[in-house]
Amino acid sequence: MKLFSFLFTSTIGRKWLMGLTGLFLISFLLVHCSVNACIFFNDEGETFNMAAEFMGTNWIIRSMEFVLFGGLLLHIFQGLYLWKFNADARKKRYSVNAGSANSTWYSRSMGILGTLLLLFLVVHLKDFWLTSRFTDVITSGEKTLFQEMKEVFANPLPVVIYVLGCISLCYHLLHGFQSAFQTLGINHKSYTPIIQSTGRLFSIVVSLLFAAMPVAMHLDWIQ
Amino acid sequence: MSNSNMNLKLKVWRQQNANDTGHFEDYRVQASPDMSFLEMFDVLNEQLITEGKDPVAFDHDCREGICGMCSMVINGRPHGPKHGVTTCQLHMRSFSDGDTIVVEPWRSNAFPVIRDLSVNRSSFDRIIAAGGYVSVNTGNAVDANATLIPKEIADEAFEAATCIGCGACVSACKNASAMLFVGAKVTQLALLPQGRAEASKRVVAMVNQMDAEGFGACTNTGACSAECPKQIPLSVIATLNREYIKAKLKGY
Ligand code: HEM
Ligand code: SF4
Ligand code: FES
Repeated sequence: MKLFSFLFTSTIGRKWLMGLTGLFLISFLLVHCSVNACIFFNDEGETFNMAAEFMGTNWIIRSMEFVLFGGLLLHIFQGLYLWKFNADARKKRYSVNAGSANSTWYSRSMGILGTLLLLFLVVHLKDFWLTSRFTDVITSGEKTLFQEMKEVFANPLPVVIYVLGCISLCYHLLHGFQSAFQTLGINHKSYTPIIQSTGRLFSIVVSLLFAAMPVAMHLDWIQ
Repeated sequence: MSNSNMNLKLKVWRQQNANDTGHFEDYRVQASPDMSFLEMFDVLNEQLITEGKDPVAFDHDCREGICGMCSMVINGRPHGPKHGVTTCQLHMRSFSDGDTIVVEPWRSNAFPVIRDLSVNRSSFDRIIAAGGYVSVNTGNAVDANATLIPKEIADEAFEAATCIGCGACVSACKNASAMLFVGAKVTQLALLPQGRAEASKRVVAMVNQMDAEGFGACTNTGACSAECPKQIPLSVIATLNREYIKAKLKGY
């Protein structure tokens, strides 16, 4: 254990944990987004319900859920810690700031963007995860997860919250995706530009797809 | 030389010592576009001395961009608005007649203000003292081809070695992180055979000292490299991260 204590004690160690958990969360997003995108088959949720049922019952996937929550908690804990730690490293602040001359606003706002994501996640987990895992609404066959989605997104408020969540996600990842590789020590003349454009593409496509789901359901584009 | 044809308004940070809270003072100065930023400050100081006032304390030495002493945050940017130059190499022609220029010191807990614009950067010295060297005498320069080092590697090491330790990276970073500086030093030594032998021990010692000095953690915004007068690339931070984890996993 002592061998790995640096992941919680040194700045670079903490960053390594951020990068590793960040990339892990990205891999989860890829799966999550693919499964959910099944609603776009527009087949009354048949394909989606099948995929969701597999995800909800397969024991390998179910055990990954613990790893996922562990990773998410580590990422949040470490992220909030570093946010505070870094802000404290400059007690006396500048009176003129010219941050936009040397960096993007979203790279400087990872703490805020992450916190918005966290708030969104609380709402999101309450909407679907609690219902599907801790009540028997879905398992009893009372309604399918697809019907649950249709119900939630019939209201405009959740739709707005979800779209805002997706915007935060997009900017968090626009910086985070490539940043994680840099943190893990991967920076290379030819590969880094590829990582950067993949990151931009990933952030935009995944966020757009996620945002399209509540919107499409609300507008009844998806039946 | 100096036909003074620029009228400038300066807002300069004045602070008696590390414990003083400090404040901005307004000054008016006439400068020529051919002057360097520091020469413009010399004019200001002569003016203040003639008026019987305290001159502004600021650091400088070589005035040709190699010592790293000059340290001013000019309108929110370390070393001013130009890329790849130090404050001493910045010319007044980068500004316009009638401009108001705000000048502050490097701000970071690890760089306490000594007086006015002069800050104590001995935290950098202590990081170097922790391991930024080769501990045995490597002797005189040997025959050029006795130790083969590919040109690209030599270039990369040299690029990292151009860091002048000015601290603009810390000053520009929203986290006051010193990782560009430490990355440059670690990279420069890790790439060459003379430094490689102690690479693991060195990186852990330097990072421990960096953390002990109270610098923040890098979030890869890239502000440091964008403001660095020697344009040290961000890749040195990736190298630092890589060297550090390798050393840690080896048990250093
Ligand atoms: C699905 C959700 C999330 C994903 C995919 C994600 C992904 C990432 C990635 C890839 C990074 C870059 C890591 C690096 O630079 O090494 C990052 C950084 C960060 N994340 Fe997240 N994140 C998520 C949720 C959150 C949440 C909920 C928070 C809550 C506070 C958060 C806070 C942060 C902070 C503060 C950073 C910057 C830390 C630093 O660079 O030192 N993230 N995230
Ligand atoms: S990395 Fe650049 S900004 Fe930082 S100390 Fe070296 S020369 Fe100055
Ligand atoms: S005074 Fe030496 S670098 Fe500016």
